[in-house]
Amino acid sequence: MIELGQHAQFIIWAYVGVFAGLLALVSWTLLDARRTQRRLEALGDPRRDGKS
Amino acid sequence: MSIETSPKQSWWNRLAHPGQFVIWTRPFILPLAILTAVLLALGVWFAFFNSPADYQMGDTVRIMYVHVPTAWLSQFVYATMAVSALGTLVWRHPMADVSMKAAAPLGAAFTAMALFTGALWGRPTWGTFWEWDGRMTSTLVMLFIYLGIVALWRAFDDQLRAARVVAIFTLVGAVNIPIIKFSVDWWSTLHQPSSVFRADGPTMPGSILTPLFIMFFAFTFLFATLQLLAMHTEVKRRRVMTLERRAARGEAA
Repeated sequence: MIELGQHAQFIIWAYVGVFAGLLALVSWTLLDARRTQRRLEALGDPRRDGKS
Repeated sequence: MSIETSPKQSWWNRLAHPGQFVIWTRPFILPLAILTAVLLALGVWFAFFNSPADYQMGDTVRIMYVHVPTAWLSQFVYATMAVSALGTLVWRHPMADVSMKAAAPLGAAFTAMALFTGALWGRPTWGTFWEWDGRMTSTLVMLFIYLGIVALWRAFDDQLRAARVVAIFTLVGAVNIPIIKFSVDWWSTLHQPSSVFRADGPTMPGSILTPLFIMFFAFTFLFATLQLLAMHTEVKRRRVMTLERRAARGEAA
């Protein structure tokens, strides 16, 4: 790891914040997709593969 | 001699079919996700281990590698929504409002990240987390517009009616894009003018441009991946609503 100088805390918090945000965004997108797919299956969709 | 009676469908018409859209675009998701992960890992490695401190900003230049891509996406996602809004109002393309709806929360998240990283860069560089200058204020306005659009989608049960209202609201809000872009030229501001996309070429050295461009593409591919996934989910959600209405009618009868 390189020396980040006197402003290391700002740099580290910027990356921690962005990657926490990205993780939340990806998790929310995947959870929403899974929840919707389960609901579709529970309703017994005859066209499960999106062939609407 | 046989006569072709069925009309020929263009790719544009085929993409208008939600099911066809899902089938055709699904194979792109995994390669896009892998490309995003590789570029993000490479970008972080360059940002921390293979790029120098800037002669003016010092090590805080490393914040630029996450700030510039998120700030770019805050405007690019809105431009995507504005084009989709035109698709809804002018061409009535069935996937246009799906695209608009999927992009709004993503744009809000990237805008929030741009404001957050900008504040963390501003404190050591300008001595303040926040200043009411043209670019920062117009970007904050953009975040509120995104949040308003997300709320507007949720306010309607009828998603087709919501699409028309949101499309008009989105196109009105698009006036904020040139304001953000040219705010540094129009008003006295702490922000520096454009330093990458200039007629006379970038003013940054290659050692800083390399991680910047890697992160730029990593974040752009991430948006493309999440946008496709969210669009597929929205298509399925509408199918769920159709099935639920059908079931309710069946029960009522």
